[in-house]
Amino acid sequence: MSGRPPSEETTFVRPFIMTGGRAEPLQAGLRLETLVVAVGPPDESLAFERRHIVAVCERPMTVAEVAQRVGVPLGVAKVLISDLVVAGRLACRQPAELPLQMLERIRDHVRAL
Amino acid sequence: MSGRSDRIVPLAVKIVVSGGLGVGKTTFIGAVSEIEPLDTEAAITEVSVGVDSLVGVESKTTTTVALDFGRITLDPTIALYLFGTPGQDRFSFLWDDLVEGALGTVVLADTRRIEDCFPAVDYFEAQGAPFVLAVNCFDGAERFDVEEVREALSLGADVPVLECDARERGSVRDVLGALMDRVIGVRTQTARRRPAMAR
Repeated sequence: MSGRPPSEETTFVRPFIMTGGRAEPLQAGLRLETLVVAVGPPDESLAFERRHIVAVCERPMTVAEVAQRVGVPLGVAKVLISDLVVAGRLACRQPAELPLQMLERIRDHVRAL
Repeated sequence: MSGRSDRIVPLAVKIVVSGGLGVGKTTFIGAVSEIEPLDTEAAITEVSVGVDSLVGVESKTTTTVALDFGRITLDPTIALYLFGTPGQDRFSFLWDDLVEGALGTVVLADTRRIEDCFPAVDYFEAQGAPFVLAVNCFDGAERFDVEEVREALSLGADVPVLECDARERGSVRDVLGALMDRVIGVRTQTARRRPAMAR
């Protein structure tokens, strides 16, 4: 194993390395469209993807957009984002069922596109 | 979790766009989206027009990351996201994630291959989530009356069926409008039923 030259693609990091082997987010209920936003700027205590995520979330960003911008699979993004929410580095807000007036407002906006 | 909730965070809502491989989901989303699809989506788009040579290892990184989605800022506080379901069966495990919390779904159909939308129709009927069926009118495809399409798919009378051109913004807007009417209709019915059940 030790004598083997590095493979061509040394930048590829297995998804389970990024999440420390976990596949389930600490916090359930993160959806693709859940908005997350950084509580503060990224600092030295965060490394690699986590730091990147906090930087990307400088303004509110959906989970799907975070996955795309950071370039990680969705499942990985969910685990990392939930870690950061639990650690108080990201805030997220999940709307409950939308009131009828909101649905009507969305419809009116859509009709006016 | 609600820390810093004083900060204005806009509302993000989503609509799912589903249907068979190559039915025009990406085109439909692209017709109204204000964001350009990113590179990672290219692979899926390619696959969705029938190039199936990617089946297998090549999908290792890109396709699992790839999410086909678009965004429309409806007003400064509401962003509407359109998520396309992956056309290939092997990605069907992603559907639950896509559908959870969605306002509703547009199922796109191609009359030349109407059976391709069966899995999507079955899935969304089983979910009990509001959906509309939009027949994407491809050039050169035989036109069918929407009622014939309804019959072919055994859709209930309450499911809206309409024709569309996925390339046309106005047409996509009308489909989304019809879906929102349906979403509101379903909600109003449920609200009416609720007090009755409480008795």
